[in-house]
Amino acid sequence: MAQEYLYPEFQVVRDLSRCTGCRACAAQCANGVHRYDADRGQMVSDETRCVNCHRCVAFCPERALKIVKDRQCFRENDNWSGDAIREIYRQAASGGVLLSSMGNAKEYPVYWDRLLINASQVTNPSIDPLREPMETKTFLGKKPDTLRRDAAGRLVPELPPQLELDTPILFSAMSYGSISYNAHESLARAAQALGTCYNTGEGGLHRDFYRYGANTIVQVASGRFGVHRDYLEAGAAIEIKIGQGAKPGIGGHLPGAKIVGDVSATRMIPEGSDAISPAPHHDIYSIEDLRQLVYSLKEVTRGEKPVIVKIAAVHNVAAIASGVARSGADIIAIDGFRGGTGAAPTRIRDNVGIPIELALAAVDQRLRDEGIRSSVSLIAGGSIRSSADALKAILLGADAVYIATAALLALGCHLCRSCHSGRCNWGIATQRPELVARLDPDEGAQRLVNLVTAWTHEIKEMMGGMGINSIEAARGNRMMLRGVGLNEIELGILGVKHAGQ
Amino acid sequence: MDREGQNGFRIPSGCAVSAIFSKEGTRRSGEEIIRSIAMMHERSNGLGGGFAAYGIYPEYKELYALHVFYEGKYSKEQCEAFLFEHFDVVNLSKIPTRKSPAIQDEPLIWRYFVEPLHTKLSESQLDPDTFVSRCVIRVNSGIDGAYIFSSGKDMGVFKAVGFPEDVGAFYRLEEYKGYCWIAHGRYPTNTPGWWGGAHPFALLDRAVVHNGEISSYDANRRNIEMYGYRCNLLTDTEVITYILDFLVRRRGLSYEEAANVIAAPFWSTIAAQEEAEKRRLTYLRNVFSGLLITGPFSIIVGFTGGIMALNDRLKLRSMVVGEKDETVYIASEEAAIRVIQPELERVWAPRGGEPVVIRLHPTAGEKEG
Ligand code: SF4
Ligand code: SF4
Repeated sequence: MAQEYLYPEFQVVRDLSRCTGCRACAAQCANGVHRYDADRGQMVSDETRCVNCHRCVAFCPERALKIVKDRQCFRENDNWSGDAIREIYRQAASGGVLLSSMGNAKEYPVYWDRLLINASQVTNPSIDPLREPMETKTFLGKKPDTLRRDAAGRLVPELPPQLELDTPILFSAMSYGSISYNAHESLARAAQALGTCYNTGEGGLHRDFYRYGANTIVQVASGRFGVHRDYLEAGAAIEIKIGQGAKPGIGGHLPGAKIVGDVSATRMIPEGSDAISPAPHHDIYSIEDLRQLVYSLKEVTRGEKPVIVKIAAVHNVAAIASGVARSGADIIAIDGFRGGTGAAPTRIRDNVGIPIELALAAVDQRLRDEGIRSSVSLIAGGSIRSSADALKAILLGADAVYIATAALLALGCHLCRSCHSGRCNWGIATQRPELVARLDPDEGAQRLVNLVTAWTHEIKEMMGGMGINSIEAARGNRMMLRGVGLNEIELGILGVKHAGQ
Repeated sequence: MDREGQNGFRIPSGCAVSAIFSKEGTRRSGEEIIRSIAMMHERSNGLGGGFAAYGIYPEYKELYALHVFYEGKYSKEQCEAFLFEHFDVVNLSKIPTRKSPAIQDEPLIWRYFVEPLHTKLSESQLDPDTFVSRCVIRVNSGIDGAYIFSSGKDMGVFKAVGFPEDVGAFYRLEEYKGYCWIAHGRYPTNTPGWWGGAHPFALLDRAVVHNGEISSYDANRRNIEMYGYRCNLLTDTEVITYILDFLVRRRGLSYEEAANVIAAPFWSTIAAQEEAEKRRLTYLRNVFSGLLITGPFSIIVGFTGGIMALNDRLKLRSMVVGEKDETVYIASEEAAIRVIQPELERVWAPRGGEPVVIRLHPTAGEKEG
């Protein structure tokens, strides 16, 4: 084997005084790290394969395992980090583009952590969510500019199509193929129980899941995988994916190894072929083309489904969003550069795009300056990690938020960031039947319901603290936010004052 | 002088409100309303008081009455140049006042009865109300030291820094006669002492007094500013006035429908309605979701021929309505009504979010009271 100069990043620490040699770890690790060595009469590990997913740790009945960061180090260098050096070795060995999974893990500012929420004292009472109604119902969609009355002068309550959500948290796009059947089923069932929506991503919709249609957003991406009339009719809304925060400007890539069985049928492509969606939609080379696609999707569905256009947060996002708003979209989803992915070129993931906080603030303000904010709703995504992030997004101006990584964590993901390998030990980002079976959809759905219910409670608590009893009064209410440690330009873009002001 | 809102800070305040309305259009002097608001002296702190009166300028009924504060001669000259350029000024005079030690540092206070110049109006392609409201907004945000605080027809706002009863005496309100009087006493935590910051806040004939501190303020402000309004004062009353102007004048909602927007019923209440009502309420709440007002408030809105009283949907601020014969009384406290009308036929506290809208009888004449 050629010398790759790559040493294990993690160390598998096995307490031999506890290990009974039961081989549970070997059964759990799809990466083949653990093996029973009959000669030595004990378990041994091949650490080069370990991705630190904690599956074996969680399943070791004797608590004999621990995965720790290997202390092996390069000579200290503030410029050349260990990662930078290792990546060079890898590319020198392979000649290929580096791939990564999940969101940008680099050290960029997380503006959520520099924003603080207000609460009432004296001049205005806080409201106790346990004793008073506290409302999180949200409608996404265009609001009309003119009202109609009938001959008797009564309002005619007709509206463009709306997406009604009990809580302003939706599950964002993850395709069947990039994640498993059981993961999709968990998301679909949870969305139904929560009165919100999940999103098919670009992989089509499995026949079994058509019954969750009222809680499904069906995506149309540049590859058009799995798109046909019934599919478009099946969902509550249609999302045109222009871009994704983790990889703005490029298309998706699902390796042939994951295109098996039902995944290939659902995508309507042959088994084993790589599913490569083009970087742009080849029928959208400009904003007028987007308008045509929006209207043709509306026409197919008789104007009954709101159309979402999802764009990645890039430098000029405010102007782009304004163009999208004028092209007939009912909802715009903005995906920040820390958003997750099943696989993306590392350099793009880590260096392209801008933070969702700044993008969202700029878009919301631009749409207001142009007087068109109520003709479109905004969903913000791209690393919403907690109910506090979600509420801050709403205070900045979002109508709702998309979560995906948080949802996968609820399903057991340990953020080992090796989804692209297809060997997810937690049964999520894999199509291997024995691994998929590890995720029980009953339990998965319940854990998702628990998570979103808990977040919704927390949002209500914080709203009550501010004396706000309905989520729409929080939307865009930037005076309820203050920045800490931000400079004037950052504060200006976010449209908030500094703490103490 | 410092104005409110100028440095970008918002000043919370508590308050007292009171109103008298004659359904028959009987015109009474300002004496009673002063006694009523004075009863709630404790709810003000001397940093702002004011009144709105309707039916007080019958001789100039068809003209817009502009009440203006000037900080000095220079701002007056500039503002008048603007007014003469855009309006036919039929009458102008100082607003008569009575000096008293309780009211200090008064600006120049002038009144103009005007109508838009026909040429300017047709050039602008606007209806007269929109033309006037734009001119008011232009003066208030563009001419330093000039502030138009009243701009309706056959109505006027009178306000100052001081306790409301002193403000009433200062403006000699006993000399005016109106079918509707609204009063406000302010309890701000602090103010720059600018007279324009006192309430009522008015645009055209719509005057609003408000007690409370709304928690939805910035959501409402950012929403309404999309439609050409500029919330320069950063006060609740200002944003509420613009919201009502937008919903009623520009979107054509009734006051009752506007109340369903700003103090929308809870979803659980809406769900319990019959189908048509459910759809109507859901529609209003959804379409105008950015104009829902949360947090404590009680407001009284005066307009030509009517008045509306409204509480926030949790009723976090007190408000009482009383009736005697054809007169309706509204106040933060019952005592403020009893002090001027001890024999009420009916007294009630409207529920949270339930608008009380009272209008002149169609046959109402303008009697002297
Ligand atoms: S890859 Fe996961 S299951 Fe395998 S050894 Fe490492 S932590 Fe354990
Ligand atoms: S989904 Fe699976 S493979 Fe991907 S990060 Fe999570 S645990 Fe690892």
